[in-house]
Amino acid sequence: MNTATTTVNGHAGHHDGGHHPTGILRWLTTTNHKDIGTMYLSFALIMFFVGGIMILAVRAELFSPGLQLMQPEFFNQLIGVHALVMIFAALMPAATGFANWQIPLMIGAPDMALPRLNNWGFWLLPPAAILLTMPFVLALFGIGDGAIATGWTFYAPLSVQGGIGVDFAIFAVHILGISSILGSINIIVTIFNMRAPGMTMMKLPLFCWGWLITAFLLIATIPVLAGAVTMLLTDRHFGTHFFNAAGGGDPILFQHLFWFFGHPEVYILLLPVWGLMPHVLATFSRKPTYGYRGQVYGFIAIGILSVIVWAHHFFTAGMPVPALLYFMYSTMAISLPLAVLFFCWIATMWRGSMSFETPMLFAVGFIVLFGIAGLTGLVLADVAADAQYHHSYFVVAHFHYALFAGGIMGVMTGVYYWLPKWTGRMYSETLGKWHFWLTVLSFNLTFMPQFFLGLAGMPRRIPDYALQFAEFNAISTVGSFILGLSQLLFAWNIIQCARGRGAPAESRAWEGAEGLEWELSSPPPHHSWEVQPQVK
Amino acid sequence: MSTHSAPTAGAHYYVPQPSHYPVTLSGGLFLLALGFILRINHFAPGPWFMLAGAGLILYVLFGWFGAIIRESVTRAYGNWEDHSFRHGMVWFIASEVAFFAAFFGALFYVRNISVPDLLNLLPNHGWTLYPDYKDLAWPASGSGPAAPQFTPMGAWGIPALNTALLLSSGATITWAHWGLLKNNRFQLNLGLFLTVALGFTFLGFQAWEYHHAYSELGLTLGAGVYGATFFMLTGFHGFHVTLGAIMLTVILFRCLKGHFDAENHFAFEGVAWYWHFVDVVWLLLFVFVYWL
Repeated sequence: MNTATTTVNGHAGHHDGGHHPTGILRWLTTTNHKDIGTMYLSFALIMFFVGGIMILAVRAELFSPGLQLMQPEFFNQLIGVHALVMIFAALMPAATGFANWQIPLMIGAPDMALPRLNNWGFWLLPPAAILLTMPFVLALFGIGDGAIATGWTFYAPLSVQGGIGVDFAIFAVHILGISSILGSINIIVTIFNMRAPGMTMMKLPLFCWGWLITAFLLIATIPVLAGAVTMLLTDRHFGTHFFNAAGGGDPILFQHLFWFFGHPEVYILLLPVWGLMPHVLATFSRKPTYGYRGQVYGFIAIGILSVIVWAHHFFTAGMPVPALLYFMYSTMAISLPLAVLFFCWIATMWRGSMSFETPMLFAVGFIVLFGIAGLTGLVLADVAADAQYHHSYFVVAHFHYALFAGGIMGVMTGVYYWLPKWTGRMYSETLGKWHFWLTVLSFNLTFMPQFFLGLAGMPRRIPDYALQFAEFNAISTVGSFILGLSQLLFAWNIIQCARGRGAPAESRAWEGAEGLEWELSSPPPHHSWEVQPQVK
Repeated sequence: MSTHSAPTAGAHYYVPQPSHYPVTLSGGLFLLALGFILRINHFAPGPWFMLAGAGLILYVLFGWFGAIIRESVTRAYGNWEDHSFRHGMVWFIASEVAFFAAFFGALFYVRNISVPDLLNLLPNHGWTLYPDYKDLAWPASGSGPAAPQFTPMGAWGIPALNTALLLSSGATITWAHWGLLKNNRFQLNLGLFLTVALGFTFLGFQAWEYHHAYSELGLTLGAGVYGATFFMLTGFHGFHVTLGAIMLTVILFRCLKGHFDAENHFAFEGVAWYWHFVDVVWLLLFVFVYWL
């Protein structure tokens, strides 16, 4: 770096907060990675409750057989928007919020590589969330017939025939996609170009590795989703026949395009969590993480495998037998690198000096419950068995073990682990432990019965059901309301820390914590690493 | 070509001041999308929302790029920042590759799987979609009750000429780059001007070809799945060429104003990479959409 540049930057870089906008303008215009990370995480928390309220209404309807509270059309709208909100507006922004806060702290960078683009990535989210939910409101005024009612998968021909809500969802997905791609570019560039001197790629914290693979997956697959919904839009309004057999097209083509995005999306949601797990497990076991290289190679292997297995989501749609066999075996192959990760997590705890603060409780709970998701996934990957399970509640239970226990409980692990660093305050350990136990118990109360419902033949996405399913559905609904209400403890714990309540946190908030982020004060200074540290 | 030096301890990275452009741009996109949704569903205020959105987006494009150009000419960026921009551009182009892959994937899928399956329905299974359904081989597949008869686009007229135009433009922009590297401003400006001219000529021919397709060949968006893939692939490519030509024009004006030198010209190179990308996409289009 030449001296001229340093001088200019010394002038242009903001060492003082004096000439920065305050109040709402600060948040609208900020280029600071910590401000942007806070916005991502706050947005995710709000949308987590929005999506949660939607599904509690669904569970209330499913409490007993027959139609009590809503018409089937509205039921369909709620389940589809619930999924889109939880995936695109809660889980993904939460992971991006982690990336924004943590990656510069962990690699010793002053900020993200492209700070203004970073701001844009966040501010695309609220307009997209408004587009997604706006049709509910418009319908109240007699405009259109409500939100997208196809489920989150947009399957043609249902989505070709659907109302204005489909168009709103298409453009919401476009804008969310732009946001994801910008975020991914920023994260890749930051990791490649902003690491502190001496931090080689094989010294990169595993959280950053997990996000790096996630970002590559997003860049490879989000544009394919954009292409798919664009073809859907032209089929709906501009007379094309991509998904219409009468014009030489094929509705199954939509499923291929959608799941080419949709399957990697599962790993997009999970890789950041797999990246942060070894940090938490190592901290509370007071041992270095086990098998760093194995985990890095595991991430890479899973990333590659995830883009070549998509058709296992529609085994029953009709495919030649060789294709079925290929997608079955390649899907099962993912269990090998995933097993490597599981064994590394367990081996990290092995003979460690373990303590069970809230983040560790969530991490251990994650390993057990996410393990159930993995094992039931193997069952679903089997073509013959899937003919029975497809589109049943077994699938619903499976992916909630993956995305709630794997994804959202993983995010909660990270929030409890890093909250002292972000806010400079310790959260209430008592409330945290109540939150953990209530969440784990009510989560299993909600979703474990759904495995049995699915095995017994209850189809998903239907507001009414046969009498023999009544008991398990009632249990599931009771569980879901406990699960929803327990999350208020989570929100309260976070709000208290953000308001500056609770004991002050030290720089190294946890006794066994290792890594650059724990060498900065809690909360860190405005510019994280104004001068980059030298990593040995 | 600037050197990509790894940051050393004590280096400072340029973090821009707070900016209202990103959030304003999001507002513009929101209005544009909302207006478009209302428009295609025949609600009267749609175009007004679109107009407001497009206006905001244009305002931001001028303002935001203006700020970046000011920062660039006042040398706010050094090698470290330059390296970030290059990485960012590479991965942006990678996402564009994935976007086109979706449409090429659709083309390969319908040609190799769905159209042959439809042709095999009657001989193999003894039934067809509906009584008067005509199962026709590619490219005519899908014409009939769902869409009128049409003539597919040939490869060796305008499309072959367009291939020559775009390949030449790839050469002229490289020649312009050589001019910049040896500080020959005349070669730089002339090469860029030729590239821009070839780009807009390409677009003119493309527009003429679309007119020809609609008015004489009966080839429309609704002309079976051939028409759908043809217009979607060539249309999105044409849109990208339009963006590229506009960006090249901006770079040309900047060169005429004396911006860029042999060491410091990321914007020039980023646009050149983008131009080569649309060039490569066109070659694939020429082979798989027009020729084979």
